[in-house]
Amino acid sequence: MPWTREEMCSIAAMELKDGYYCNLGIGMPTKVANYIPEGVNVTLQSENGMLGMGPFPKKNQVDADIINAGKQTITELPETSYFDSSDSFAMIRGGHIDLSILGALQVSEEGDLANWMIPGKMVKGMGGAMDLVAGVKKVLILMEHNAKDGQPKLLKKCTLPLTGKSVVNTVITDLGKFDILPNGVKINQAAPNVGIDEIRSRTEATIID
Amino acid sequence: MSSKKVYQNAHEAMQGILRDGLIILSGGFGICGIAENITEEIKNSKVKDLTVVSNNCGIDGYGLGTLLQTRQIKKMISSYVGENKTFEEQYLNGDLELEFSPQGTLAERCRAGGAGIPAFYTKTGVGTVIAEGKETKVIDGVEYLMEKAIKGDLSIIKAWKGDHSGNLIFRKAARNFNPPMAKAGNICVVEVEHLVEIGDLDPDHIHLPGIYVDRIFEGTYTEKKIEFVTLTE
Repeated sequence: MPWTREEMCSIAAMELKDGYYCNLGIGMPTKVANYIPEGVNVTLQSENGMLGMGPFPKKNQVDADIINAGKQTITELPETSYFDSSDSFAMIRGGHIDLSILGALQVSEEGDLANWMIPGKMVKGMGGAMDLVAGVKKVLILMEHNAKDGQPKLLKKCTLPLTGKSVVNTVITDLGKFDILPNGVKINQAAPNVGIDEIRSRTEATIID
Repeated sequence: MSSKKVYQNAHEAMQGILRDGLIILSGGFGICGIAENITEEIKNSKVKDLTVVSNNCGIDGYGLGTLLQTRQIKKMISSYVGENKTFEEQYLNGDLELEFSPQGTLAERCRAGGAGIPAFYTKTGVGTVIAEGKETKVIDGVEYLMEKAIKGDLSIIKAWKGDHSGNLIFRKAARNFNPPMAKAGNICVVEVEHLVEIGDLDPDHIHLPGIYVDRIFEGTYTEKKIEFVTLTE
């Protein structure tokens, strides 16, 4: 049974250690915050310029000046601080953030990441993703194991324009959790009843034992 | 001396500044913390061939998006241009030039521009299309690429409170790109929600000192727009 998206988020949340400063990307990575284990205190950074992000607001708490990097309304916490975008990326580039969780179009066995454009289709831009993968201590990718048309996304080489080279440490997909190591991709944990043969057949990257 | 910085409204504050071909540095992230009064004045002035440096380009029909609809912008330097159909159309048609700059690199290029740093080295973008044509250098075994600073003719800035000498305080996440953009423009025009007297702001609470601000006025605002109202489930 492959993991559901909720299960993927809760597996990813186990990577959040007490005291970590984390940046969660737009989409599924944002939802990881809902699964942070009890007793683990994590500070969430939003790259537009906020440290200590709270949950989405109730209707009467909505404030147009409190938004996250996905431009969604958010709330502040007692420990929240605000700063400008150059300070925000000094934190990111300077290695002060412990973990970044992002989505991906493709990841290569060397840890290359492609997640910002598909040539010929609309180009939305990289936003802060290139800075995050270049500067954050650990980069975790949350993605479906295969594209909608069945194509593998864990590849020997990325075919789409890169966001960063040799930047990904761990990938969590619906089929399992994978560590990117110097000699290939190692299965750290497989989803229940997902065998190594199924993983190999749905992966282009070299799976090492 | 400082009182000369204060203007009555956007129209007065922009007198003698606007012309075709300006390089404009705009604060704001999405539509949070954007100088909407100044942008409206730029639209009304009909100046064209503008280069706009801004993380985003507003949304359709609001903020910098209005200057796309009137085709006053020739080139954008941005990190993210999603959520804007006009942008997409004009870019795909070749009517609009676009230079992508990663968000942190963009913020730092402007900060550097205002700080007298002509260029800097960063790991961001190494091995990607962003590195094409740029000088690279290995420092202590790590490869970096050189990014040049950005300077502009005009900075358009939104703050929460400002005093008559141009000292500014921003509100919450609306600070974003406003300080680095304010520092890198030849002329910096600021609109504030509340214009206050000198002495009304605690000097320890100033986010951006008035030395960076040339002109300031109190804007007129209706309800602040929000791109994605997301509520707790």
